Amino acid sequence: MRSELQFFPDAASSLAGQVDALYLVWAAVSVFFSLLIAVLLVFFFVKYRRPTDDSHVNDIGLEERAAPLLEIGWSVIPLIICLVMFVWGTRVFFDIYRPPSDAQEYFAVGKQWMWKFQHPEGVREINDLHVPVGQAIKVTMTSEDVIHSLYVPAFRTKQDAVPGRYTTLWFKATKPGTYHLFCAEYCGTEHSRMIGQVIAMAPRDYEQWLGGSPAGKTPVASGAQLFDTFACNTCHRDAKDPRPARAPQLAGLYGRDVTFADGGTAKADDTYLRESILNPGAKLVAGWQPIMPTFQGQVSEEQLAALLAYIKSLEGPKSAQASAGGNGAAADRGTL
Amino acid sequence: MSHAVSTDIHAPSSGTNYLNNGYGLRSWLLTKDHKRIAILYLISVSVFFFIGGIMAMLIRLELLTPEGDLLQADTYNRVFSMHGISMVFFFLIPSIPAILGNFLVPLMIGAKDLAFPRINLLSWYLYIFGGAFTLWAMIHGGVDTGWTFYTPLSTHYAQGQVMMAALGVFIAGFSSILTGLNFIVTIHRMRAPGMTWFRLPLFIWSNYATSLIMLLGTPVVAVTILMVAAERALHLGLFDPRLGGDPVLFQHLFWFYSHPAVYIMVLPAMGVVSELIAAFSRKPVFGYKIVALASIAIAVLGFLVWGHHMFVSGQSIYASTVFSLLTMLVAIPSAVKVFNWTATLYEGSVSWDTPMLYALGFIGLFTIGGLTGVMIGTLGIDVHLHDTYFIVAHFHYVMVGGTIMAYLGGLHYWWPKITGRKYRPFWAKISAMLVFVGFNLTFFPQFLLGYMGMPRRYWSYAPEFQVLNVLSTAGASILAIGYLLPAIYFTWSMRYGEKAEDNPWGAVGLEWQTSSPPPTFNFHETPIVTHDAYDYHHQRPTIAAKGEASLG
Repeated sequence: MRSELQFFPDAASSLAGQVDALYLVWAAVSVFFSLLIAVLLVFFFVKYRRPTDDSHVNDIGLEERAAPLLEIGWSVIPLIICLVMFVWGTRVFFDIYRPPSDAQEYFAVGKQWMWKFQHPEGVREINDLHVPVGQAIKVTMTSEDVIHSLYVPAFRTKQDAVPGRYTTLWFKATKPGTYHLFCAEYCGTEHSRMIGQVIAMAPRDYEQWLGGSPAGKTPVASGAQLFDTFACNTCHRDAKDPRPARAPQLAGLYGRDVTFADGGTAKADDTYLRESILNPGAKLVAGWQPIMPTFQGQVSEEQLAALLAYIKSLEGPKSAQASAGGNGAAADRGTL
Repeated sequence: MSHAVSTDIHAPSSGTNYLNNGYGLRSWLLTKDHKRIAILYLISVSVFFFIGGIMAMLIRLELLTPEGDLLQADTYNRVFSMHGISMVFFFLIPSIPAILGNFLVPLMIGAKDLAFPRINLLSWYLYIFGGAFTLWAMIHGGVDTGWTFYTPLSTHYAQGQVMMAALGVFIAGFSSILTGLNFIVTIHRMRAPGMTWFRLPLFIWSNYATSLIMLLGTPVVAVTILMVAAERALHLGLFDPRLGGDPVLFQHLFWFYSHPAVYIMVLPAMGVVSELIAAFSRKPVFGYKIVALASIAIAVLGFLVWGHHMFVSGQSIYASTVFSLLTMLVAIPSAVKVFNWTATLYEGSVSWDTPMLYALGFIGLFTIGGLTGVMIGTLGIDVHLHDTYFIVAHFHYVMVGGTIMAYLGGLHYWWPKITGRKYRPFWAKISAMLVFVGFNLTFFPQFLLGYMGMPRRYWSYAPEFQVLNVLSTAGASILAIGYLLPAIYFTWSMRYGEKAEDNPWGAVGLEWQTSSPPPTFNFHETPIVTHDAYDYHHQRPTIAAKGEASLG
């Protein structure tokens, strides 16, 4: 695997090859132009050396008439190269940040100075992350304190974990092995110790490893329990509940567009759900009273992730209205 | 450019000059002479270069082994933070504009002084006050935020004297703003008769572009520091998500200044190199107008690319796409400059004197720094390389390989003018070689380390990174000697150096038409400019110039 003398990193993800190709082509272009400039400079430096002991001035020189043509040449050629590399680099970038739809959802929390991971099956790990080879894995992450950055060089990918919001990173490991996992964003005293390993395993070994680990509840199950504990269901009632609703229906909410009291809209994604739990007044859904208390400081990042997993798991009627306005209380609009 | 007047402007150097018209402390600390203020900056900026250099050596020594053994983790973090803060805010940003710019802008345009001499002195005092706050912070424990002061680390978690250090940077920022303002007004209003815009030396053009950035960009970092202070002291929710703020907002504000700040460091360096290439090839810079306008283009485009520091911060991928495209565009004017300098040598009369060695070193290293810059401006690569040693290597190639090479080249070129003394060319050439070799050995291995995945700001690291780190530390020791030598022979020359002629290099340019060192008001008679800059063809230097052969 890693030897003492190695000048190129392991490549162990489905995207590593693309990134390496892009890098090597750029490196070749850079070497070419650096050498071109260096050779020309040294050649001119030697060839046109001033005769010693002389206040010598050459009469001739590259004609200024030639300037526009040459200058157009050496601005357009680099520009074309840059634009080609831009397009290529952007395509690779979009591949790096757009997880495939079949990706398994993992959750990560960075804190000074450790990484906490949770598998979709509920297994928790600290600093180590076991993953199956050949399976796309999407890691949704946040931070409990400062900004951290999850970096796996062998996978050629990295993403900052930012407090107060969710970010995601995905990869598909291609080779079983143990790879470095680093915190790349400087995060305080023990930054260089905020490291761990990604252990990529053949799917069967991974299943075996999962089976041998203390399972714990799945995020959805612990989310359901928290939903009860915090008595969310007092207001966010089930659709079949005969009593009048006091808060929007959550079933089928995830991924829909939501309209707010101030007329704005947003897609109900992880960030929106997170904000609605921590700061419910920030985006009041049209048609509802601002009666929800804040849960800031009462739920941990792991609990929030579980609640979100639970809310996402709630299947809703396909025809549900975007505003989720259950009681048609149009008069309440704009009460915030 | 011209000598202009046939009357005797080559007054004998033995007369009164700006150095011998007063010796008391008062005559220095209350001076309004731009040349004396430049010397004050030279001394104070060198102090910060020395402090930053000591920190750099501590960093390299710690990284000699994978284990964190020489320093404590917390000490190491403070050391690299103070290295960055001293070098960026108190050395690189003021170095060329405040020392060489201050000395040369009035001389090169044929003016008696800057437009606002008192404000110029005030700028130096602001720099000193800012520096004093930062030094106080260093002595009282330093800071462990990195020079970037990212929130919420800097606002809620960092230890040490964050506010004092930030206050120092805040105050020093006003020094930049005032210097920029002074240069802009001076260049607009105080050019000698006949000194049209397109006769201005390229050093003036690049300092003009730099001044625009100083004037427009620096207030943003000042506001940002105030916002950090407001959050720390008043718990105003600006960057802390628990108070409803956004930590990434800080990065936008910080890089909106700090990216253009890179051009504050590099544009004046480009100006110096244009002067050196022209003087030591005895030719006009190839495509003068394009090179002049490229400086302005870089200054303007430089304000539009800050988001390329944030490709993995969680910023929208579409925003990243736009920033990447603009980054590609800002590379073009820089590329044009490199090609034009190279073309200038063609059929020139090329001297091998020390300043030329530095100029060529600059072009080589800046080319590598620039090319790796567009590499990491490419989205697909930056994700892997962001926050690794590749970035460290890249910006050191631009700032150390670029700015410091040009700064030293410029110092060697104008030293006889500034001090009226000659240094020993033998030692100067040795030092130029040591700097070039030491620099490459220090920083080239870091490109490889970065691609291997070594994150920056690591106090201890995985064992497979050691070989390259050892090379880097070895290079740093060579580099340190390369930097110490000029300090020795320059100091030596001030006392023991032979007296310099007015125009030892046989260069055109108004600064060479007055005595060495210049009189207090620069010229005995206001020069009248009749030629373009670098017009060696029509103005064969009248002084028998033998380059450094005459310096030895």
